[in-house]
Amino acid sequence: MKLLFALISGLLFGIGLSVSGMTDPHKVKGFLDITGNWDPSLALVMGGALLIGSILFPYITQKKKPLFESGFSLPTKNDIDKFIIIGPALFGIGWGLIGLCPGPAFANLLVAGKPIVVFTLVMLISKVVTDKLKS
Amino acid sequence: MNIINFTPVPALIGGLILGLASVLLLISNGKIAGISGIAKGMFNSSDKAWRIFFIAGLILGGFGYHTFISEELKTENILNIDLKLIIAAILVGSGTALGNGCTSGHGICGLSRRTKRSFVATCVFMAFGMLTVYLEKLF
Repeated sequence: MKLLFALISGLLFGIGLSVSGMTDPHKVKGFLDITGNWDPSLALVMGGALLIGSILFPYITQKKKPLFESGFSLPTKNDIDKFIIIGPALFGIGWGLIGLCPGPAFANLLVAGKPIVVFTLVMLISKVVTDKLKS
Repeated sequence: MNIINFTPVPALIGGLILGLASVLLLISNGKIAGISGIAKGMFNSSDKAWRIFFIAGLILGGFGYHTFISEELKTENILNIDLKLIIAAILVGSGTALGNGCTSGHGICGLSRRTKRSFVATCVFMAFGMLTVYLEKLF
């Protein structure tokens, strides 16, 4: 049952990204182009997601356990170290260059041809290698 | 600054769906819908099955929408297999691995949980994304 719900959550996530227009790198770069031709759409995507999330997340995590698991797996780290600055800075540069973050990369995988497949593969390799080097 | 291509209604509806998807994963599996962490864990965690199902759903969700509902996704003029794409992929991969999250994990779930770390991460990647687009236009 938990796998079925993981699948449905993923499906909804992919549909949400597509409906919002965020699978289109033009719209993401348009949002980041704040001094030029600005497309504010991404702000409303975040707003909509946070409207639901910020109301329901605190309520759900107060419960003893989720429906199909023995407990919640939530990040416990909350300190500001160098990685939480360097990591997002590097990610931001890559995101700004191409207008893709991991979610849309997967949602576009069967839609946007070879470049997206190359992007996703290189991204995954880079992730796994970085993680190995970090630990 | 000019405002162009603004699509408030689909953006808001899409955002609400993203929120629901994150809530559904949390209430069913007790997991955070952070795409970078879920994807990474498909390779190096002991708990791979739910991650593979989620990512499969994500891929099929995007495919289904663009196949059956709207074909509007033109990426030919922005995505090409070139050095820029490779560099961006390396930076997105290593950056999200170092920072333990991306737009979904920090931006949606982390901010929903009101954590300081995710707030800092979101501000940093937004700022560097904007700076990168600004600099790219200069050169």
